[in-house]
Amino acid sequence: MHQFVPYILLLPLIGFLVNGLFGKKIGSETAAGLIGAGVIGLAFVLAAVIVGEMAGSPAEDRKHIVTLFQWVAAGSFSVSVAYQVDQLSMLMTLVVTGVGFLIHVYSIGYMHGDPGFRRFFAYMNLFIFMMLNLVLAGNFLLMFLGWEGVGLCSFLLIGFWHDRPFDTGGYAPGTAMTTDAAKKAFIVNRIGDFGFLIAMFMIVGAFGTLNFDEVFARAPYVFEAGNATVFWITLLLFLGATGKSAQIPLFVWLPDAMAGPTPVSALIHAATMVTAGVYMIARCSILYALAPATMEIVAGVGLATALVAATIGLVQNDIKKVLAYSTVSQLGYMFLALGVGSFTGGVFHVMTHAFFKALLFLGAGSVIHAMHDEQDIQKMGGLAPVMPVTYRTFLIAALAIAGIPPLAGFFSKDEILWKAFSQGGLGYWVVGWMVAGLTAFYMFRLVSLTFGGEARWGHDKHPHESPKLMTVPLMVLAILSVVGGFIGVPESLGGSNVIERWLEPVFAPAMAKLAFVQTGHDPAEYLLMALSVLIAAGGIAGARYIYLRRASIADGIAGRFRPFYALLWNKYFIDELYDAVIVRPIAAGSDRLLWRFFDIGVIDGMVNGTAHLVRLASGSLRKLQSGNAQNYAYGFLVGIILVLGVIIFR
Amino acid sequence: MIPLEYYLSLSAVLFATGVIGVLTRRNAIIVFMSIELMLNAVNLSLVAFSQYLGSTTGQVLVFFVMAVAAAESAIGLAIIIALFRNKQTLNIDELNLLKW
Amino acid sequence: MDLLTPHLLSIGPLLTLVAVALLVLLLESIITKSEPVSFWTSVAGLLVSIGIAVPGIAVHGSAFGGMLRTGGSANYFSIIFFICALLTIVFSRDYLKKRDSVFGEFYLLILFATVGMVLMAAAADLIIVFLGIELMSICLYVLAGFIRGSVLSNESSLKYFLLGAFATGFLLYGIALLYGSTGSTSITFLTEHFETYASSRLFLAGIGLLIVGLAFKIGAVPFHMWVPDVYQGAPTPVSGFMATGAKAAAFSIIIGLFAQRFVHGVQIGTLLAILAAASMILGNVVAIAQTNVKRMLAYSSIAHAGYMLTGLAAGNAYGRDGILFYLLAYAFMNLGAFGLISFMEQEGEKHLTFDDYAGLGTTKPFLAVLMSVFMFSLAGIPPFAGFFGKYYIFVGAVQADMTWLAIVGVLMSVVSVFYYLRLVMVMYFQDTLIGQTASYSASSAAFVVLAALILLGLGVFPSSLLAIITTLY
Repeated sequence: MHQFVPYILLLPLIGFLVNGLFGKKIGSETAAGLIGAGVIGLAFVLAAVIVGEMAGSPAEDRKHIVTLFQWVAAGSFSVSVAYQVDQLSMLMTLVVTGVGFLIHVYSIGYMHGDPGFRRFFAYMNLFIFMMLNLVLAGNFLLMFLGWEGVGLCSFLLIGFWHDRPFDTGGYAPGTAMTTDAAKKAFIVNRIGDFGFLIAMFMIVGAFGTLNFDEVFARAPYVFEAGNATVFWITLLLFLGATGKSAQIPLFVWLPDAMAGPTPVSALIHAATMVTAGVYMIARCSILYALAPATMEIVAGVGLATALVAATIGLVQNDIKKVLAYSTVSQLGYMFLALGVGSFTGGVFHVMTHAFFKALLFLGAGSVIHAMHDEQDIQKMGGLAPVMPVTYRTFLIAALAIAGIPPLAGFFSKDEILWKAFSQGGLGYWVVGWMVAGLTAFYMFRLVSLTFGGEARWGHDKHPHESPKLMTVPLMVLAILSVVGGFIGVPESLGGSNVIERWLEPVFAPAMAKLAFVQTGHDPAEYLLMALSVLIAAGGIAGARYIYLRRASIADGIAGRFRPFYALLWNKYFIDELYDAVIVRPIAAGSDRLLWRFFDIGVIDGMVNGTAHLVRLASGSLRKLQSGNAQNYAYGFLVGIILVLGVIIFR
Repeated sequence: MIPLEYYLSLSAVLFATGVIGVLTRRNAIIVFMSIELMLNAVNLSLVAFSQYLGSTTGQVLVFFVMAVAAAESAIGLAIIIALFRNKQTLNIDELNLLKW
Repeated sequence: MDLLTPHLLSIGPLLTLVAVALLVLLLESIITKSEPVSFWTSVAGLLVSIGIAVPGIAVHGSAFGGMLRTGGSANYFSIIFFICALLTIVFSRDYLKKRDSVFGEFYLLILFATVGMVLMAAAADLIIVFLGIELMSICLYVLAGFIRGSVLSNESSLKYFLLGAFATGFLLYGIALLYGSTGSTSITFLTEHFETYASSRLFLAGIGLLIVGLAFKIGAVPFHMWVPDVYQGAPTPVSGFMATGAKAAAFSIIIGLFAQRFVHGVQIGTLLAILAAASMILGNVVAIAQTNVKRMLAYSSIAHAGYMLTGLAAGNAYGRDGILFYLLAYAFMNLGAFGLISFMEQEGEKHLTFDDYAGLGTTKPFLAVLMSVFMFSLAGIPPFAGFFGKYYIFVGAVQADMTWLAIVGVLMSVVSVFYYLRLVMVMYFQDTLIGQTASYSASSAAFVVLAALILLGLGVFPSSLLAIITTLY
C-alpha cells in the first residue's frame, strides 16, 4: 500500500486546483466546502489504510521510500522527489490530515457567507499539501519546499481579511492591519529559513547528498560526537526550527498571527505548521545525538520559552492571544523533550497538543462567532449555559492541557517531565513543573472569565450555540483529547506505551548514541507524577477561586468543582498568600517586565529595529545615487583603483 | 629607435588626460571628446605593441576601434541633439531627474 | 567555397539572425507603413533562430581560425538572447503604441543588439569580445533613448552612453595591455598560459581592466551607478532587455574567461567575491527604499548580478552550472515582471509606483497572479526556478570554502523578500485606487503566461535543464 503515498499528497493538490481555478464557476458554497474538506478526508482515510498495513507488517519492514522522479541532478549529486514512509512520517500524516479534516469541516460553518469562501479553502488545501510535503519528504530539499510552502500559505491566510485592523497590544496602536501581522510572520520565518538553508548547504558539503537515508546512516561515521561541523549544522537547523515553531528569539510572530481567521489559527498556528520544527529535529535525531552542545541549547531555549510564554499568557485578555502564548509555551515543552533526548516524548506531545489545542482554538472560534467578533474575555462571562457544547468541549481541552489524568495531555506532559528529570536534571524538571502549574492557572482563568461568572456582555449581543457543522468537529476533537493519550501510557502505570514502541526504530540510532542508563521502574516517577497532578489541580483551583470570586459561588457550573473549591477554601491563608506573593507579582511582573518590556520592548524592538536600521541604511545609501553622471564616473574610478589594488598588490 | 616605454608612457598620459576630462568638464560634447581621446590613447598603445611584437593583430584591432568609435560618435551626437531639443542644455550636471 | 561552408554552417544561428536583421533593415527602407511587417518578420526570424540553435547545443567546435566558438555554451547563450529579444519585441509593441513611438527601427535595433550578444557569447578572441560589446551597447544606447520626446528617456540614454563609452575605454585599455604582455588576443591562449604571466603586473592590470569593463556591463557594485537611472528612464521593455540579455551576454564572456582555470591560485576569486558581496548588499538594501517599481527592479538586478558573481567566485562546476541555470530563469522572471510593468504603465511614465498596484488582486487578478509568480521567483521561493538558481550558486560557494559569501547571499535574499513581497502585499492587501488600467494584446499576455509556466516547470523539473547545462563546457 505504501506506493499509494503520493496520492495522499495529490488529493489536497487537486482540491487546491479545483477551488483555486474554478472557484468562481462552482456556484454553491456547499460544493466548494465539500471538495475542500472531502479531499482531506480521503487523504486521511488513505493514510489510515497505509498505517494499518504498516502495523500489520514486521517492524523492520515498515520503512519505504517512494521515488516519483529525479528532481535535481548535477554530477554525482542528485535529489529526487521522494517520499519517506515510516513510523514517524505516517504518524504526522495522520495528525495533519485528521485534525486538518476536522478543521476543514468546521470551516464550512465558520466561513459561511464570507466572500472569500472558495479562496479560503483553496489556500487551506494548498497548506495541507505543503505540510504533507514537509512531513513525508525523503530529503532535505523537498522538506524545504514544504517548509517554505507552509510559510507562504500561512502568510496568505493570516492576511486573509486584509481590510481588518488588528490589535498588536503594543506597537503601532490603531494603525496595524492584519497584513502587517502577515508580513511579520513571513519575514521572521525567513530568518529561520536562512538557518535551514545554510545548514542544508553544509550537509551537502559534508555528505554530498541530501537524502535522509544516506545522511543519517553515514552521520555516525562521518562525525565524532561533538564535532564542530555537526554542531553548526544542528544549531542552524534549530534556528530554522525556532522560526517555524515560534521559540525564543523568533516567537514574536505567532501571537500576531492570530489576526487570521480562527480555523487558520487552529490548523496552522496551533496544530500543524508550528510543530514542523519539532518534527524536523526529531527527524534529524541522529545528528542532534552527535551534537550534545546543541541538545543543551535546544533544551534551554525550550525551557525558557515555555516559562516566558506561560507567564505572558497570565495577563492576556484576548482569548486567541492567551491560546497563542499557550501554544508557544507548549512548543517550548516539546523542545525541552527533544533537548533532553526524549524524541518520542516530543512527538507524542505534538500529537496530543494537536488535538487539544485545535479544540481550544475551534472552541474560541465558536465563542468569537457567537459574540459577533468580540475577543476580549473581560467582556464575556456566563457563556456556559448559552453554549453548552462549546463549553464542555472547551473544558475538556483545558483539563487536557492542564495535565489532569487520564486526559491526553497528562501522559505526554508527564513523559516529558519525567525524561526532563531522569535525563536532564532536577533544574529542568522544577521549571517544567512550574510551567505546568502556570498552564493550568491561565487556562482556567480563561475558562472562568469566558464561560463562568456573570455575563459581562451588552444587550446588543445574542450569543447562541454554533451550528452542527462547527460543534461536531469540537466533539470529535474532545473525544480525541480524552483518549489520545492512551497510546502512550507509560509502563510504570501498567500501560504498554504503544507510541514509544511504534517510534522506536526511527529513534534507535540516536538513542544508541545517547546511551541513557535505563533505570527501570523508579519510585520517583510516581512522586513526580503526583506532584505534577497536584500543581495542575492547584493552578486550576487557584484560577477559579480568583476569577470567580466576584461571581456568586452559587453559579451552577462552579458547583461541579466544589470539592476542589472547598479544599482551597479551608486553606484560606494559603490562597491569600498565593494571591499576594505569587499571582500579583507574577502578574505584574509578567505584564510590565516580560510582556511590555521583553516581548514588546526587546524582541519586537530587535525585529523592528533591524528592519528600521535596514530601512535607514537603505534611505541613506540611495542618496549616493546623486543623479550626476560625473559622480558615477568618480565612483567608477574608485572601483578601478580597488580592483587593480586587489589584483596587482594582493 | 624610440623605446616601447616612451610610447606607452605617452599613451598613459593621454588616457589619463581623457579620464580627467570626463570627470571635470560639464559640457556633454567635451566629455564625449575626452572619451574619444581615451580610445585613441589606447590605439597608440596597440600600434606600439604591434610594432614591438612584430604581429599585426594590434593594428587590425586599431582599425576596428576606429570604425566603432566613428559609429559611437554618430550615435552620441544624435543622443546629445535629442536631449538638447527637449532640455536646451548640454550641461551634464543638470541631468538629474533620475536619481536615488 | 568548400573552405568556407563548414564555418558558415557552424554559426547558423548567428547568420540567420544577421540575415533577418538585414531583411528588416531592407523592409524598413522600401515599405511604407512597415511596422507590422517588421514586427512579424522579427518574431518569425527569432523563432527560426532558436530552432536552429537548439540542435547545435550538442556539438562543440570553433570556427574562423579560432576566432569564434560554436555550439555548446555559445548556442545555449544564444538561445537565452533570442528568448530575451523575442519577449522584448512582443511586449514592446503594445508599449510603443502607448508612448506614441511605433517605429519598425525598434525591432531592428533589438535584433542587432542580439547579434552583438551572440558574438560576445561565441567570442574566442578579445577582438570579437570588443566588437560584440560595442555592437550591443551602441544599439542599447539608442534603444534607451527611443522615446524621443521624453526627457527621462533622453537623460537615461545620455547617461548610459557617456558612462558606457567611458567603461569601453578601460575595457579596451585592458585588452591592449593583455595583448602587449602576451602577444596574443586569443582567449584560449590566455586561459591556458595564465600561470606563466601571473607575475607580470602589466598582464594583471590588463585582467583587472577587463574585469572592470565587464563588471560595468553586468552592473556590479561599484560599477553599478548607471543601472537604476538608465533602467528607470529607458522604455520599460528595453530595461527588461538590458537587465536580462545584456547581463547574460557580459556573463558569457566572464564565464568563458574565468570559470575554467583562471580563478585558481590568484586573487581573482577573492576579487569576484568582494564584488559579489558588495552587489548583493547594496542592491538589496537600497531596493527597499524605492517607490518606483522599475527602479526597485533595477536595484534588484544589481543584487542578482551579485548572486551570479557568487557562483563565479566559487569557481567550481556547481557555481558555473548555477549561473547558467539562473541566467535562463532570470530572463523569464525579470522580463515577465518588466512586461507586466509595461502593461500597467500609462502615458508620461505614469502608474509606475507601488501605490499604483494597490488592489490589483481584485481588479486584475490575472495580472496580479502572474506578477506574484515573478516576484516569488525573484525572491527565490521554491518551487519556482529562481530558488534553484540561487541554491546551486550557494552550494557552489560553500563547496569552494566561501561559506561567508553564501551566508551573505542567503541573508540578503531574506532582505530581498521585504521588497518583492511588498508588491504582492500592495496588490492583494490594499484597497484599489480609481483609474487603474492595463493595456496589452493577447500575444503579450500569452507570452507572459508562458514565461510563468516555464518558471514553474523549471522549478519542478530543474534536472531536465541541468542535464543539458552540464554538457556545455
